[in-house]
Amino acid sequence: MKILVAVKRVIDYNVQIRVKEDGTGVVTDNVKMSTNPPDDNAIEEAVKIKEAGKATEVVAVTVGEEKAQETVRKALAVGADRGIHVKADGILEPLAVSKILQKIVDKEKPDLVFMGKQAIDDDCNQTGQMLSALLNWPQATFASKIEVKDNKLEVTREIDEGLETIEINVPAIVTCDLRLNEPRYASLPNIMKAKKKPIEEIVASDLGVDVSPRLEQLKVEEPPKRKAGIKVANVAELVQKLKNEAKVI
Amino acid sequence: MAVLLIAEHNNKELRPFTLNAATAASQIDEDVHAVIIGQNSAEAAKQLSELQVVKKVLSVEAAHYENFTAENFAPVIVKLAENYSHIVCSANTFGKNLMPRIAAHLDTSQVSDIIKVISPDTFLRPIYAGNAFATIKSSDAKKCVTIRPTSFDPCDSSGGSASIEKVEAGEEFSNTKFIKREEIKSDRPELGTARIVVSGGRGMQSGDNFKLITEVADKLGAAIGASRAAVDAGYISNDHQVGQTGKVVVPDLYIAIGISGAIQHLAGMKESKIIVAINKDGEAPIFSVADYGLEADLFEAIPQFMEELNKLNTIQK
Repeated sequence: MKILVAVKRVIDYNVQIRVKEDGTGVVTDNVKMSTNPPDDNAIEEAVKIKEAGKATEVVAVTVGEEKAQETVRKALAVGADRGIHVKADGILEPLAVSKILQKIVDKEKPDLVFMGKQAIDDDCNQTGQMLSALLNWPQATFASKIEVKDNKLEVTREIDEGLETIEINVPAIVTCDLRLNEPRYASLPNIMKAKKKPIEEIVASDLGVDVSPRLEQLKVEEPPKRKAGIKVANVAELVQKLKNEAKVI
Repeated sequence: MAVLLIAEHNNKELRPFTLNAATAASQIDEDVHAVIIGQNSAEAAKQLSELQVVKKVLSVEAAHYENFTAENFAPVIVKLAENYSHIVCSANTFGKNLMPRIAAHLDTSQVSDIIKVISPDTFLRPIYAGNAFATIKSSDAKKCVTIRPTSFDPCDSSGGSASIEKVEAGEEFSNTKFIKREEIKSDRPELGTARIVVSGGRGMQSGDNFKLITEVADKLGAAIGASRAAVDAGYISNDHQVGQTGKVVVPDLYIAIGISGAIQHLAGMKESKIIVAINKDGEAPIFSVADYGLEADLFEAIPQFMEELNKLNTIQK
């Protein structure tokens, strides 16, 4: 079984987001970037499946600007076999990314495609489901447990009401929840080794898909600031305020 | 053209967020039709027809719709979409799973998790876990929109008398099989929708000490949250994590105990209506978002807090 894992480069989750003064977006210059956290879970799961002898190859793919390749290199350092970097500049909507990934799937013919359930920058939560639709494959979203059985997967999904278990036939798409596993750290020798693993570069425009944006971002602004609160002197005052002023208990 | 609302239900009754999504749909266009797809879901369809803002109900029933599989639902809605300008659904796990599958079939760029309808083609949505708000205008002919339920009031559940029209079912998608659903049966409200959340952080010092958080939560009928630091330290399981990489919560009351207020935690709770912080470090960033801050040792403050709560005649549930 061959697993393709899609990874995205985003602003690191520990960075305080600053909105640009001209309202065109958020500040990304000189800001620490990392792999989208649940994409790390996706890579980890694919590598674990390979280590268990149930997959033969793990291919990491990213779509984005020059530096996005760092996320593929990181995936290689934790166990992916090779990488693909689809070069594209500017804002790519999930629909465009899923069309690009569809082309990569056509070319690579993986049995499974894994990715994080949501990117922590645009918070769209769309790409995996859109790719499944374009391919007419089954989708197992928000996966917190994956069991590989011959040509099937049994996947436990995190849903609002609790957990749902489904069985999907391969080929299939799985989007990963943070609860799926604990991503490993890359060791220094593996980081060195990853530098020798191949990354194929493809230019997005050569794939013949329409990636022009359909959405116009008119403005990005700071959320309304909370008005300054007060410090209470003791617990009794706190409870009195909650009861009589805020009226929430 | 009218707006098509996708109802969320459990075949017996509507799920509550359908009412919030209906409000959002009615802000896009007054002409709201609602589709309900299920099996033996007549009672839920009737409830849907009684929502004040719903003008017409489309009911689709078949055995393969019993478990709400997106692969089965999407083709039905794609077919119906012909007659509608917008498809609307809640941005909870049901809608998040389903809507992009519809949008891709319609070749539409979905607008996810909106918190405000500015005009029928322009919406406000949080990005970066609510650290920024983006105003988005869609140029697609058909718009697929998911709405953040807590940002819209539920519509009136009575007063409507929409007609219920049967629509022919689609084919079954055979590559996905539902096995089981384990609903977490707890007396405690769910973290994502609870009216009150009591959260503990690294200041709790051990998993055992989280019992103190549980006591307060029991008393207030609250859900239990935690910071990533507390989860990473192994004090509590990660399904309690509030923050950018955990759950985003917007309760009426959020009580942060022993939580310093790392950026990633604030992103998950700072939209709460009232925030209380109890922390012995007066400089902790959590105080910058707290409506009521108490600088105190939590191991002294929590027992006192319980004592004061016990003195109250009534506590809202």
